Parts: sequence; structure tokens; C-alpha cells
Amino acid sequence: MNDAAELVARALGAIASSADLGSLDAVRVQWLGKKGELTAALKSLGSLPEGKRRAAGQDINAAKAQVQSALEARRAELERRQVEEELIAGRIDVTLPGRGEERGGLHPVTLARLRIETLFTRAGFDLAVGPEIEDDFHNFEALNIPVNHPARALHDTFYFPDGKLLRTHTSPVQIRAMLARGAPLAVIAPGRVYRCDHDLTHSPMFHQLEGLVVGENVSFANLKACLHGFLGGFFERDLSMRLRPSYFPFTEPSAEVDISCVFCAGAGCRTCKQTGWLEIAGCGMVHPNVLTASGVDAERYTGYAFGAGIDRLAMLLYGVNDLRLFFENDLRFLRQFQAF
Amino acid sequence: MKLSYEWLKEWVAVPWDVGELGSRLTMAGFELEGIATNGEDSILELGVTPNRGDVMSVLGLAREVAALTGAPMTGPAFRPVAAELPDTFPVQVDDPQACPTFCGRVIRGVNNQAVTPGWLTARLQSADVRSVSPIVDVTNYVLLELGQPMHAYDLTTLRGEIRVRRARSAERLQLLDARTVDLSDDMLVIADRDGAVGLAGIMGGARTAVATATRDVFLEVAFFAPSAIQGRARRLGLQTDASQHYERGVDPTLPERAMERASALLIEIAGGRVGPLTQVHSSQHEPKRLPVSLRRTQLARLLGTSVDPERVTAVFAALQMKARAIPSGWEVTPPPHRFDITIEADLIEEVARMVGFDTIAERDGDAAHHFPDVPRARPPEAAVLEVMSARGYHEAITYAFVDPQLQQRLFPDRPALALGNPISSDLSVMRVSLWPGLLRAAAENQRRQQDRIRLLEHGVCFVAGNGAALEIDMLAGIACGERLPEQWGVPRPGRERVDFFDVKADLESLLAATGAPDAFSFEAGQLSCLHPGRAARLLRQARPVGWIGELHPEIVRELDFTYPPILFEVEFYDALRVDPGAYAEVSRFPMVRRDLAIVIDENVSLSALRERVTLSSSSLLRQCRVFDVYRGPGLETGTKSIALGLIFQDFSRTLTDEDVDQNVASIVAGLRVSLNAKIRE
Repeated sequence: MNDAAELVARALGAIASSADLGSLDAVRVQWLGKKGELTAALKSLGSLPEGKRRAAGQDINAAKAQVQSALEARRAELERRQVEEELIAGRIDVTLPGRGEERGGLHPVTLARLRIETLFTRAGFDLAVGPEIEDDFHNFEALNIPVNHPARALHDTFYFPDGKLLRTHTSPVQIRAMLARGAPLAVIAPGRVYRCDHDLTHSPMFHQLEGLVVGENVSFANLKACLHGFLGGFFERDLSMRLRPSYFPFTEPSAEVDISCVFCAGAGCRTCKQTGWLEIAGCGMVHPNVLTASGVDAERYTGYAFGAGIDRLAMLLYGVNDLRLFFENDLRFLRQFQAF
Repeated sequence: MKLSYEWLKEWVAVPWDVGELGSRLTMAGFELEGIATNGEDSILELGVTPNRGDVMSVLGLAREVAALTGAPMTGPAFRPVAAELPDTFPVQVDDPQACPTFCGRVIRGVNNQAVTPGWLTARLQSADVRSVSPIVDVTNYVLLELGQPMHAYDLTTLRGEIRVRRARSAERLQLLDARTVDLSDDMLVIADRDGAVGLAGIMGGARTAVATATRDVFLEVAFFAPSAIQGRARRLGLQTDASQHYERGVDPTLPERAMERASALLIEIAGGRVGPLTQVHSSQHEPKRLPVSLRRTQLARLLGTSVDPERVTAVFAALQMKARAIPSGWEVTPPPHRFDITIEADLIEEVARMVGFDTIAERDGDAAHHFPDVPRARPPEAAVLEVMSARGYHEAITYAFVDPQLQQRLFPDRPALALGNPISSDLSVMRVSLWPGLLRAAAENQRRQQDRIRLLEHGVCFVAGNGAALEIDMLAGIACGERLPEQWGVPRPGRERVDFFDVKADLESLLAATGAPDAFSFEAGQLSCLHPGRAARLLRQARPVGWIGELHPEIVRELDFTYPPILFEVEFYDALRVDPGAYAEVSRFPMVRRDLAIVIDENVSLSALRERVTLSSSSLLRQCRVFDVYRGPGLETGTKSIALGLIFQDFSRTLTDEDVDQNVASIVAGLRVSLNAKIRE
């Protein structure tokens, strides 16, 4: 049957040369549509003699099947090609920045404070707070700093006309916490404090961390373990710590706390003024007068307290070398603190 | 204080070089702040805490070194000077409690024009003391060496007698430094018949001061009780070496020794003949060192370690303390120079200090697990800051005291607390809002070419009232400049400057985090610092909890902002109180949406419209969204068209068109009647 073979050859040629799905569909209509050439050939079978009709019918049906499958194959091929083209056309520059708002960030002093709070609360401390405007009793008197005490000269205090003052340290929270909760207790009190002192290394407002632990057998050895644990945890390193005898009216014994310099590991650098040590906190065993003023039985209970500068801890944590940067709120500085 | 290494060695054997001496003293409680040189000598700069007045001298530090090394003291021997004259000057002490001991001595024929020898001026220099004249130099020398302040009067200027008494009210005194001070009756003065000639323990007077020509002197060496001196100098704005010593406590047994030392030095340098030492002494008022007991158990309990009892006894001996064994431990009497040993803990500190804080091993405390209150209603600070941070805000920390002028301009109706002694006039009142600080910070950033500003602050504001000031925790923010950072992905028109609604969205995202976004409403309000048409009070239920608005155009100009900042401020705990709520059932049936464009009068607020919609609909209405607000062609002036997306859903069945049509019809009818609304087809 030359007719059928020829039809197939022509149809396959048309399929192979159709370049897109549209022209392929036109080819399908031309050959297999209602008025298509193969459809017409099938319809013309009736005009053939009875004996030839069957064989010719088989030939045409085979031809139709062959064209059908070629159409399918070509369609699949063209569709695959179209997807490929779409993918190529749809390619984007993934290095262009994302759209929308930029991230802001928390203040480095807040970040340091939150880190401190996390460490201490995980160690079982509660958070305590107190007012920033204090009275003489809580800020001085109850802390064993009576009027005319030389230690008062070290606190450059902001006063209000009514005699109230801006707290010069977070230590008054010790008194408030003991009066409110009684013993035993373990609290930290981070907060803002004020001294009328303003120069390169002093800000009239800064941040302190107060810690207080009172219990039946709280000892100096516990104080050392607590501070060493905290400081090592805060800086995430195995640092050396030393306590030097010192004096605070509200603790006895009292000590200054030094840690090995976090920048030079004790070798000596500019930050530690070549000493290898950084003064980081003050601490001591709570003075019996302070316990008594706070309604705690000074015979039954002992306690330790410590105080540290949060701004200083933040400076060391982030390598900030100028305290004033913390309070200038320069966006070029603040933008550097986007990390959690 | 400054300590000459060579001078110290005259008083005690020092087995260490200067550096080692500095470290040893540091670890004994006297922090080395630096080492300088003075010729061949080394000068240690040491920090001395206010409880240890007794070490503010070569003698005092030598005692500490001796206690650390166990070496004996070797200072110049105490040798009285023989009197060559019978002359004395009468002394009367009216207040023996304030002045239990007063030593006086007349020395005549001193050559105050003599040159003070170099060895002595070098030692003065080591403590930054300038050489003045033999008489002054000797008194300064004795102060540095023994820690005993003394004063020399020109004998010829003293009238009648010396009297130690309280100042009279309204009494005035011209001091050595030519300043005149007004005295009050709690101040102790040295007076002669004509009036005060010195402020006891603080500074001498000008009238009786020694001069180059002075030949006859009266030397005063006294013990003044710390309580009679403390605070007075500071009140007068004075701070002298003498007052620092007396405030902290001077050894009450020193005056006689110091007088002899000074007399001997003076006649050696400048000649003169000495009269007998006269002394007015009230042993009854001399400070007594009372014995303090130390229990072995308390020593171990407070330190958390045990110390060998023999070591404890040795420590007390080294510190010149008399320790007597008692059944529970020790009874210890401190030496006269130690004013700081009054309770058991003081003794424990001395033991710990001498055995070394570093020998006490660290030990974890007994950890008792306890669960603190963690109220769910309390807004978690870190998360609050994080929400705003994710929306582009940078947290700022500004001073709690602000410029009164700016604050007054912003909040003329809110009284502020003024500081009595501000650091400067533009930081002199406590903030009543975080806005003054944030506006200043934003303005400064704009000056630094930072044009797109988002700042946030969390801090206390101070509300002055009758009685105690209230401290209220506030959270505030400021946004200024373009809506979005400059970027390729948003076309220019999308980058217009930030407006009320951008910041409202920031605030709403925070309010949503309370779990109760529906509890909040914004009500047009008037605050003098905000644009009168672009300000809202934030209400939670009916309670005002904050403000949001655009800065008033006049203030925008005054503060020189390029673009008007949008500000918000909320009460941290009241506005952001968390209401975690409970699970509500989710409907499994499909939602049906109908959109309505409603034309209403310009003055009808969205919240009024929304309220009407809710009232006229059944409970099938789940949500009412606003997706367009239109004014302009096609609408009458004074009206606006609001496009609402109404979403209906039921919990028990699929809604039919009739259900929804009924609801929409009832809403439309309700709006027509109540708001005179028209439906835009």
C-alpha cells in the first residue's frame, strides 16, 4: 500500500519540522482531525472493493497509530523544550539583595544585660528591681553609710530638692529585696544608676549589676565560686580570677574582683594597662548591720553581695573602647549590633 | 597615696623589689595604681580605701609590710627633745569630746628663711608636696611620715590663749588659702581671744599663718575625733590632707611622738630653742579600743574554709592586735591606730586578708531548686525588643535627664522633676516621656547624614505628683525618613517617606503579640507636640496606654528635621500585658467572601463604620477587611469610598448564597440608615 506509506512519510516529516506546540497542533489537525488526510483516507475505504478493504483498513490504522505516537513524542519533546526555555528565561540574579525592611537590633548594653540575666536565672537567681529615685535610707543609711561617712564622698550624688536622690548604685535593691522577701534568697538586680560625674571614662548614667545571696551557711568560698562561674560563663572562657581585699561599707570582708584580661589572656596589653588583670566587680560578705537593717537575723544568716558595671562587661564583650559610644545612639554604631 | 620606696625601707626591711612590693600590697588591699621614679627612688601610687586612714603614711604602710613579712619595724627612734625655754602658751579645750588630746609647744628663734635640705624636699616631692619654708616643710614631712596632721602658728600673731571650741553661728574665718568661709556651730575651731584662727583638723587661718619672717612659732598637734571632722570639709567645698586623715581616724597616741619628731627636725634645719611640750588631755574621751570576739565556727562559716588556729593567732600578733584565747576562739583588742575593727566580721576580714583571699578555695553553694513566679501576663522584654528590631528599629539608650526647654516645648502640661545639682543645664530635669531623648538622638543622627532613622527605647519615665514620683516603664519609638531602605526591589514611588500608618503597623505588630489585638483601639486625640490631625491615643479596653502621631510641623521646623518624624510611646507593662488566651475552634466549612464599596461622609471613621457593620450583621460575619480607600473623581466632595471585604463562615454547615445575601442586605440597610451610606456599584 504505497498510499499509506507515503502519507505516513509526509506526516512524520511535518511533525518533525513543527517548531512549537502551536504548529504541532496544526499538523495534528491536518492529519488526524475530522477533515484530516488520514481521516479522509479512512473514510475513503468504503469506495474500495470488498476484498481490499480489510487490508487497506489495517494499513491506514497502523499509519494512524504511527502518526499518533510520533505526535505524542514530538509534543513531549516540545513541552520539555518549552519548560527549559522558560527556566532559562526565568533565571534571576540570586545575589541581588532581598526586598523590604532591614533588621534593626538591640543595644549592646541590653544584649549584655540579657546575657547576664540568662546566666544568673539559670543558676537559680531571681530578678529584683527597685526605683531609680531613691531615698537616703535605702541608698546609704541601710547600707551602713551614715551621714558624714567618707564613702559618701565617693558617690557623686544627684539630689532632688526634697532630699530624694538618683540611686548611685544598685545596692539599695539588696535592702528592698531582703525586706520584701526575707531570707534565704538569691537575686540579681540589673539597673540604671547615676553619678554626677562626666568625662572620658564616666557617664552620668550607667548600668550596674547587683547580686545578693543570703542563706544559713553562705560563705566567701561560695562567693568566689559564683563570681568565677558567672564571669567564665559570660566571656565563654576559662579565665583566672583574683580577689583583692578592699573596702565597701556594706560588706565585710570586702574585695575587688579582677579577671585575667580577656584580650591578652593575662600577657599584658593596652586594655589591661599591661597588668594582665581587669578590675571587673566589687564584692564581699554582707555586713551584719545591712542584714539587720533589712530585717534579716544576722546571727542565723550570712550572705554575699557583688556589684559589677554592665557597661564595662558589654565593652569587654564587644571590644568597645569608649564608654561614650553607648549613649550617643549613633546609628552607625548601633547598626553593628544586629545579632541576637 | 604616694609612697617612696626608699623612705619605706628606712622603716622596715623590704625583701621585695618595687614591682613585687606593689603586687604584695595590692593583694593585701592597697591597690598599686602605678610606679613613678623620683631620682634614684621609686614612688608607688597606692589606692587606700576610706576605712584605712592608718596606712596613709610611711609608718602605716611599714606596719603592713612588717605584718606581711614578719620583719621588725626599724623607724627613727622616739626621742623627746629637751626644753631649753620655759615658755608655753595657754591652751583651753572647751570640747574634749571632739578634741581629747591637744599638744602645744613654743619654739623661738627659728630661721624660717633657711633652706630645707634636699633629702627632705625630695621626700616631699615624692608625694607631690612643694617645699615652702622650713616650718611648713617639717609639718608636711611629719604628716607624710607618721600620718599625723599638725599646724604651726606665728606665735606673735596669737592673742591671749588658744581655745578649742565650737564655731559660733555667723562666725567667719579667712583661711590660709585666702578664702573666707562661713562657719556653723557644728564645726570645731581653734580660736584665740580675737576669734577663730583655724578650722580644726581641716585648715589654718590666714591671720596667724607663718611667713618667711616668722621666728617664733606655736606648734599644734592634736587628736580630733573623726565624728567632729567628717563632712565639714566637704560641706565647705574643701578637701585637705589633714581633713582626709582626721575623717578616717588618726592614731590618738601619736600627737606626742609627732611633736617630738617635728621639733627635732625643725631645730636641726632652722635652729631655734624649744619650750616644754604642753598637753591638754582627757583620757575619758580618748577613743577606746574595745575587745572584739571571734568564734572559730563563725570564721570557718563565713569564709567557707577552716584556718589553722595558730595561723590566726600569728596574724593578730603581726597586726599588733592583742589576742587572748577564749573557749569559743579569740578575744582581740585592736591597736589604737585601727579605727576599722569593731565587729567579728572585721577580724575575719583581717585573717582572710593576711592568709590571702587566693588561698580560700571556691565552693558551690548548696543549690536548692526553687521555681520562681513566671507570670504569663508579664511582657518578655527581650521578645518585645526583638519584635521591633525585626521591623527595623535600633534600640537606643538615652539619658534619663533631659533638656527642660525641649521637654517643656513637647509636654507643657506635664510637670517634671528638677535635679538640685544637674551636670549641665540641658540635662537638668527628669524625663516625663522618652520622646525628648529620642528626638534629640534622631536629630543628631540626621546631622550625621543618617537620613533613615528607626529608634526604639525602653526605660523609666518620671511622673511628678504630690508626694513620691511615679516611675513608669515606657516603650517608645521614632521613625523618620524613607519608608523603606533604598533598594532595587521596590520602585521609587514605594519609597516615599514613612507615615503614620507605617508606624501604626509596627506598633500593631507589637500589640498583636499581646495575644489580644482586639482589645486595642486608636482614637483621634490631641497632644500639643503632635500634628493635630495625625495623632491618636491608644486605648486598651477603655484605658489610655499610649500615643502615636506625627511630630507637630512647628516642632519639626524648630528641630530642623528634613522629614516629619512619627513617634509612638506605650506603657510597657499596661499596654503590652500578655493575654495568652485559649484555643478557639477552627471551622471546617468554606468561607464566602463578598466585597462592598461604601460611600460615606469623610468624617465617618473606619472604626465607626466597622462597628456599624458588626452591629448589622449576624455572627456568621467572621472578618471585615478594608482593601481600598478612595477619594476623587466620581465621588462627591466631602465623601470617600471604602472597599470592604466581608468574610462569612459557619461552624456547622456550608453557607448558601441566600445566607450570605441576607447578611449583606442587612449590613447595607444598616449602613444606609445609621451612616447615610451609599453602595457604590
